[in-house]
Amino acid sequence: MRFTWFNLMPWPYLPDDFREKNRSVWVDIDQDLFDPEKCHEVYANYLDLLEYADQLGFDGVGINEHHQNGYGLMPSPNIMAATLARRTSKAALVVLGNSIALYNPPIRVAEEFAMLDILTGGRFVGGFPVGTSMDTNFCYGTIPGLTREKYAEAHELIIRAWTEKKPFAFNGRYTKLRHVNIWPNVLQTPHPPIHIPGGGSVETYDFCIDNTYSYSYLSFSGYLRAKALMDGYWKQVADRGVDNSPYRAGFAQTVFVAETDEEAERLYSEYAFYFYNRCLHVYPGFADAPGYRTIKTIQTGALNQYMRPTYTNMTWKDLVDGGHIIAGSPETVRQKFEDLIKSLRVGNIFLLMHVGNMPKDLCKYSTKLFAEKVMPHLQDMWPEWAEDGRFWCKPIANRAIPAPVDAALAAPATPAMVPAK
Amino acid sequence: MITARKIETRAATVNVLEGGEGPDLLFLHSAGGITADNPFLQALAKSYHVYAPQLPGYGDSGDSDNIHDMLEVTLHTFDVLEKLGLNKPLLLGHSLGGMIAAEMAAIAPNDIDRMALICPAGLWLDDHPVPDIFTLLPREFPEYMFHDADAGRAMMAAGQGGNMNDPAFLIPFLVNNARQLGMAGKFLFPIPERGLKERAYRIKARTLLIWGASDKLFPAPYAHAWKDTIAGAELVIIPEAGHMVPVEKMDATLAATALKPSPSRTRGRGPGGGSAPP
Repeated sequence: MRFTWFNLMPWPYLPDDFREKNRSVWVDIDQDLFDPEKCHEVYANYLDLLEYADQLGFDGVGINEHHQNGYGLMPSPNIMAATLARRTSKAALVVLGNSIALYNPPIRVAEEFAMLDILTGGRFVGGFPVGTSMDTNFCYGTIPGLTREKYAEAHELIIRAWTEKKPFAFNGRYTKLRHVNIWPNVLQTPHPPIHIPGGGSVETYDFCIDNTYSYSYLSFSGYLRAKALMDGYWKQVADRGVDNSPYRAGFAQTVFVAETDEEAERLYSEYAFYFYNRCLHVYPGFADAPGYRTIKTIQTGALNQYMRPTYTNMTWKDLVDGGHIIAGSPETVRQKFEDLIKSLRVGNIFLLMHVGNMPKDLCKYSTKLFAEKVMPHLQDMWPEWAEDGRFWCKPIANRAIPAPVDAALAAPATPAMVPAK
Repeated sequence: MITARKIETRAATVNVLEGGEGPDLLFLHSAGGITADNPFLQALAKSYHVYAPQLPGYGDSGDSDNIHDMLEVTLHTFDVLEKLGLNKPLLLGHSLGGMIAAEMAAIAPNDIDRMALICPAGLWLDDHPVPDIFTLLPREFPEYMFHDADAGRAMMAAGQGGNMNDPAFLIPFLVNNARQLGMAGKFLFPIPERGLKERAYRIKARTLLIWGASDKLFPAPYAHAWKDTIAGAELVIIPEAGHMVPVEKMDATLAATALKPSPSRTRGRGPGGGSAPP
């Protein structure tokens, strides 16, 4: 199993009446709700948590890209990955990922991922999301009906830039480059493993199978509701006649661990409600620009998760019983994860352990319990696929270790460092 | 009596709605599309031989991966004209259709003699940003499209009524929406402006602009901006009408569409070889 500790980096200061007074957490969220000084501290706390997860032995630490979004403060996950590269040492940096249709030219992604691959000594897993309609169409202006064509062209360019060993010309519709020759280039061969976040489109299943990419369902509605979608993926894998390694698939799950089930509710319910009620409050008009989804996908009935009924009236019990969240004692959580892993047939788990406005210390408590009392019991599931390395990174053995800071030079911040008014 | 037939262009199979007696008129529909039972189309057919090709992605026209941008849809529409064997018909376009008509007149100024543009898309005024139609929910459309939103709501409900929670209704609705607005988005998303302002100086066609006085999608400043953009254009503002002026004030729109000869406005080139409309 591969467990990646994932942080969406939500803004923790959305007011209690956020739903009532705002139409959306995404795209046109109120600038007055933002405070850059508070964000300075929020970033520091979130990076501390990701680094903590590395120390506790999670297989990966994960981050992603969102724009103009109150639950995702990372327009550029690559910047976060760059800082994590120096202060983590074991875990894979999982950047899930860069919305490749949004970069102009898209070789920017090839270059930055190559830099991260090298910085981390091959401790790097990348991802190529199409991006949500909110990000891709409404924030970044990509024409919905051309998004997938633009994505496919960007993908071709990036893979060629990583794998062709001579300069080449690229004459695309959206990108024309006379001399493609990125330098530095990737460390892992033929390139870092790629995970594709998907939401049920058949074309994405095929894209993953064709390219040996892992298909990741990043849902917030939990494992019980994911069954039909993942069954569709595995049926396509079977129909295409390729092996059914569980590492071909990943799944994101919100999880809270405490000493007992009761303690979990007492400690965490407030933060779960914050996330499901405020962070997922997306204006339905932003959820799915016409043309963003293919006709084939719409016809399968796979509707956007942001168009689903809201969570406003859900109790803790509803969230737990519905599988939206997995929460409870280590034993409860272990049992449910075993069920999740087997029923969805997934080898990669993205653990949403920091949720909403959860305080750092509480998140560390939950994280430590998972690392020490849950994860060891789950790590050896899928023993028959233990040697399948196709979907995970291959770090080099001799990785550079950042030199320790010189205590004598590292003077503490003093008021003198604050510019005079 | 409107009938339908299919023609082929390089880009797509095109369903052409056709009917009526009189001078040739090519009608280019809005992003909302057009069907054979459209009352405005039927009324036009009383005075003209009307051709109303459905854009690729609309109605019974096929989809097209060959149309990406304004130039390609403009050339596609010339291909439609060619296939229909039309020579300088009166060009009538509503909203997106008006944007395409104006582009045709700018690209091939000697091929388009007369056009009527009903509240066309295609200009952008920073001081009057148009609503983002791609974020509107179905129930919000009437407010922006009609002078009388309640009447508009009743009109739209006739074609769109259904339970959004019922997949049997919702999925075909979303498919239709994705086909139509997926295509329209190539010209209108995220801002319905593709540089026509820079090319409009080439337009030679006698141009009539028809505007609903209470158009909330492209409000009055757009009417005047268009008049300033196309030299010699006449502007007719129809009271108590919104963006859907052809259905809200059908008779007034038809009367305006007649493009009566107006020698004082003729710009020296004359109306060209087409027969004069009534």
